[in-house]
Amino acid sequence: MSSFGEHVKRFSSRSVSMLKHYQAKVPNGIWQECPHCHASFYFKRAGQYRVCPECGYGFRVTARRRLKMLTKNFEEWDTDLETKDPTEFPDYEHKIKKAQSVTHLKDGVLTGKALIDEYPVALGIMDPLFIMGSLGTANGERIARMFEKATEQRLPVVLLTASGGARMQEGIYSLMQMAKISQAVNDHSAAGLAYISVIMDPTTGGVTASFASQADITLAEPKALFGFTGKRVIEQTINKQLPDDFQSVENSYKRGFIDEIVSREQLPNRLSQLLGILEAKEWGDTK
Amino acid sequence: MTDTQSIIAGARSDRKANVYEMIDQLFTDFFEMHGDQVSGDDSAIVAGLAKLSGHPVALVATQKGNNLEDRMATHFGSPEPAGYRKSLRVMKLAEKLNFPIITLINTPGAYPGADAEASGQGQMIAKNISEMLKIKVPILTLIIGEAGSGGALALACSDQIWMFENSMYSVLSPEGFASIMWKDAHLADKAAELMRLTPDWLLKQHAIHRVIPENMLSDGSLKTEMTGVIRDLSHQNVADRLKKRAAFFRRF
Repeated sequence: MSSFGEHVKRFSSRSVSMLKHYQAKVPNGIWQECPHCHASFYFKRAGQYRVCPECGYGFRVTARRRLKMLTKNFEEWDTDLETKDPTEFPDYEHKIKKAQSVTHLKDGVLTGKALIDEYPVALGIMDPLFIMGSLGTANGERIARMFEKATEQRLPVVLLTASGGARMQEGIYSLMQMAKISQAVNDHSAAGLAYISVIMDPTTGGVTASFASQADITLAEPKALFGFTGKRVIEQTINKQLPDDFQSVENSYKRGFIDEIVSREQLPNRLSQLLGILEAKEWGDTK
Repeated sequence: MTDTQSIIAGARSDRKANVYEMIDQLFTDFFEMHGDQVSGDDSAIVAGLAKLSGHPVALVATQKGNNLEDRMATHFGSPEPAGYRKSLRVMKLAEKLNFPIITLINTPGAYPGADAEASGQGQMIAKNISEMLKIKVPILTLIIGEAGSGGALALACSDQIWMFENSMYSVLSPEGFASIMWKDAHLADKAAELMRLTPDWLLKQHAIHRVIPENMLSDGSLKTEMTGVIRDLSHQNVADRLKKRAAFFRRF
């Protein structure tokens, strides 16, 4: 005797197996989910800027890919800086090699001289796919040198930040990068030069608590995470659940820490407008 | 209507409530900066970088707003401590970049709110005044509507202070004055006559530098005048400029 229940069972097990069969035929990455709003969409809808078509969140991309969305005119600096593994951390070398092959960078930042529109700038782009953009000796040194070169060449700095914070594998050497880079930022600022930072997803920890928050003008990508202490650590410390948009740049904007939230597509225009003002003819030159 | 009343009506005119329109008439490429990097972003202060006749400037303006919603948000153009902090942040950036500063004022005064008080309204005005007197780049102020009390002075410790014909500048609003003197804010008209808040009288006292006919905005000559004066100020030696700025206030 076949009961109704058995019917359902037979039917559903057949559907599940068919579903699995069809799923296996869909190549990976065709269907994507936005980590911010959880909308699912056909991957091509994210477009060349790799942005969620529903909420505008910018997907994490390599620094080299992010560069292409900003300018074609770029001369790279300090390409060979590589970590010396100062704390001799187990398995670190292997992790670095893997990150290098994914990002085509020696460490987690791309720096160099770029033209944005007609305006020359020192440009830095952190790479969230290199051990989550964590700050170590090699990328730290590259960022410090970028500010130093910008000071020498009297260039404004545009720095796109993305970082999980300090690189645990480099211990105290990582912490010291915050002070080292801050000094380079100070020297650049004291020379009367402008620094524009662009907060990307995620910008947290020691990077938030140093150079990402030291710019003259702070822009941000929509829906990016921006904060100091990780959400989980806060929740476990205070024993309370935090809202989903805790540490969003939209909240940071309301609290007074961001000048403007700018989409990836609009960023070149916005930077060009700002650089146009910064590079405008000085009043003293006019008489 | 007496002359004073008509000046007050002109100063408070709705046409002057939206400072963005005026910014568009005088400047190009305006990039608005937001936030005080401490507690929030006060929409009663509009500040950022722009170009005046092709040269870089920093702008700080007060904003009342176009509609009731905006006016509630700006408290009818009354800044809170976050607004003064934002204005100081932009002025300090201008000093670093060697950009002259232009301030456009239309405020009845700093917002008299409990939160504003608790977060240091008086202290922020004090700091702004003190810092403005030290800032090394030229500063030009134009009072476009109302300019009441310390809340206005916090944006007006400048090298040049100009007023539109129909604008007012006083120790506080006529309503506030009436309420302090006679415990009745409804006697504002009577207060206004006594307060001597009109541009002509203030010019005679050397409390301001110039009275500007308002058609100079629409016919473009205000922009030309501003450009010329900023250029002259820029060519003065910094120490001389700061000495003159100090001497202007020392006489009172």
